[in-house]
Amino acid sequence: MIRIKIRRFHARREPQELMQEWEVKEGSTLLEALTSIKCEKDPTLTFRSGCRSSVCGSCAVRVNGKEVLACAYKPEEGDLVEPRRFAKVIKDLAVDESEAFKTLKSAKAWLGEPKEDAVVTPEDEKRTERQSDCILCSSCYSACPVLETNPAFLGPFALTRDWRYVVDPREGDIKSKIDTIQRNGVWDCTLCGECTAVCPQGIDPKSDILMLRTKSTQMGHMDPNMGSFGSFGLDF
Amino acid sequence: MSDVLIIGGGGAGLCAAIAAKEAGVSVNVLGKTYPIRSQTSMAQGGINAALGNVGEDSIEAHIADTLRSAHTLGDENMIRRLCEKAPEAIGWLDSIGVPFSRLEGGRVAQRRLGGAGSERACYAQDYTGLKILHTLYDTALGMGVEFLDELFMLNFIVEEGRVLGVTAIDIGSGEVRAIGAKSVVVATGGYSGLYRGFTTNSSATTGDGTAAAVRAGCVLSDMEFVQFHPTALKRSGILISESARGAGGYLLNSKGERFIDELKPRDVVAKAIWEQIESGEDVYLDIRHLGEAFIEENLPQERKLAKLYEGVDPVIDLIPIKPVAHYTMGGIEVDSNHMTKIKGLFAAGECANAHVHGANRLGGNSLLETVVFGREAGEGAAQFAREHGSVTPASSGQFEKDRGFVAAIPQFTNQIDFYEKRDFMGKIFYRNVGIARSEMGLKGVLAAIRQMQKELPFMGIADKSMEFNTNLLEFIEFGNMVELAEIVLVSAIGRNESRGAHQREDFPAEDDEKFGGVHSLSWKEQGVLCNEFEGMR
Repeated sequence: MIRIKIRRFHARREPQELMQEWEVKEGSTLLEALTSIKCEKDPTLTFRSGCRSSVCGSCAVRVNGKEVLACAYKPEEGDLVEPRRFAKVIKDLAVDESEAFKTLKSAKAWLGEPKEDAVVTPEDEKRTERQSDCILCSSCYSACPVLETNPAFLGPFALTRDWRYVVDPREGDIKSKIDTIQRNGVWDCTLCGECTAVCPQGIDPKSDILMLRTKSTQMGHMDPNMGSFGSFGLDF
Repeated sequence: MSDVLIIGGGGAGLCAAIAAKEAGVSVNVLGKTYPIRSQTSMAQGGINAALGNVGEDSIEAHIADTLRSAHTLGDENMIRRLCEKAPEAIGWLDSIGVPFSRLEGGRVAQRRLGGAGSERACYAQDYTGLKILHTLYDTALGMGVEFLDELFMLNFIVEEGRVLGVTAIDIGSGEVRAIGAKSVVVATGGYSGLYRGFTTNSSATTGDGTAAAVRAGCVLSDMEFVQFHPTALKRSGILISESARGAGGYLLNSKGERFIDELKPRDVVAKAIWEQIESGEDVYLDIRHLGEAFIEENLPQERKLAKLYEGVDPVIDLIPIKPVAHYTMGGIEVDSNHMTKIKGLFAAGECANAHVHGANRLGGNSLLETVVFGREAGEGAAQFAREHGSVTPASSGQFEKDRGFVAAIPQFTNQIDFYEKRDFMGKIFYRNVGIARSEMGLKGVLAAIRQMQKELPFMGIADKSMEFNTNLLEFIEFGNMVELAEIVLVSAIGRNESRGAHQREDFPAEDDEKFGGVHSLSWKEQGVLCNEFEGMR
């Protein structure tokens, strides 16, 4: 047996937040450990789960400050389990996912104007095979330090999904997608790579954002940081 | 209030939503999870269409294979429609951006799955369901479909034989709400969750919509037919894809002997494995001879999951496996327009029984059904909404009843642990309502389930809070499971023969004279379960 700590939260309890320690079986996944705590010891423990095999994206949490899928992580002695960041905690490890998901709509992450005669070659498909492996677990969103200072930032997964459609030969309106991600989008990223480090599917949002920057420049957009630098000089 | 309300945001629900939206009506999609969390994400193999992109194929061959696999319980007209519309369905998925694997020149790649006479399954690596589901979600967002996420449906609101909406718990707040609509599509998935601990399915696959439908007056049919997947990890029931055997993997017993042609249909292989295990053998999947390079390239998911859950590395170790529940053929009986017995209530996907899978589903046909029949159900619901307009419920009876029920659950005595009972149900279902069944075993489980029904008021919950109470939701799910368990058992006990996925040790032969083309029907009258075999001779 090993001991893990879980940060718990309940809006109507005093104190709202508390740290609880549990003994769990060594060698099982974190999701199995959470499930056995819930079913055998404390049914009030709250978390999301689903497929148990890393495709439904329900169970991402933070362990020792790093995002993991509970179903794909084996806890170790002393681990600290917490809810994901940049989402309101509803209860214990369950956070409000709706805000993060709104970025998909803001980024227009879908095929906008399908081209009828488009041909998708194996190379085209391979180009965004990884990106389309995304399970929307929000690990990258929770890991992104930009959201600490700019809650309106579109965040990694929405931008990756945008890139997946921007390079799709079937997309007939790349411009409006690129236009949408200029504000609170590609230029706000600090390229720190935290998103890439935590993605359970091995996706690299940082490099997708770099590609989107190049595309943006090609389509006549400018890095606003450069621009503001100029106006900085004029204003003062 | 919307024109069309969809319950469930998996493949069938999203296809229905998109089709209804295209038809020009307003659409809400309500689900207990976010759409992309649905069971559809777990579908790996592919989606069938006789495109002939790789090998020679024809729609007639697709129809014939599906009919054969259905063991006389398939409706040829429905199967014909499904297969004829399959190429157009792939075309549509392609047009909205599904990243299918491709052939040189850009055609969609296809591969052969068990029971198919040709390379018929279109796929996106081993993420076919995931990629279709996410693309559908993106498309629905782009079209302005409204999502009511994390609302748990309790019951349908029905007056004078017509559906007027549903009651649901808003999971975040715990409030019970009534949500009205001119028509409703239920697309809530199957009931493999009854086999808890012994299923490849998500823990959320508890048949909530199917249970609500039978409570509301719908007929359920062929509920005894549950498909078992031959190769799941022994400890967890996690799926090891058929592609491991397709690529040349062996099945071995404890003595290291092969005992079955690994490429036979699922029901045959599952049964052979079951017999080995029953005779005291352990069964393993052996892919060591395929080599590390091949495994890393083609079966990386399998390697990862085997390491994680069994602590073995398939490159050097045998993988311990067992067959587990994978797909439920039975479901809500629908007519050829996907409407249930209740006017305005449509059903599609795994929760429905549109008579295309019969006694045994063919790999690659379930995703196809979600797309083709999901869209048809959405179109049907949109048309119904336009033709019938809105009706204000005469009474708030259902809402009051369900709000009262949810408020009462925290008062249940909680002397019996339902989590323990839920695990127990999984175990006895697997042992006795699994691959090999007999009257004695089935009747024993039925007695246990009826006891659980009586004990429900003595079960209950420890978490008394309103917000995001998963203890409460799991208890309600358990209630739905108990409701469906009885129906599966009564149907399995009545079918005194072996057919497709329903294998009776005491009646080992397919009895066409008595049961050929005969469906089991189950419904409730004043809360009492009724069951008959339609037109049994």
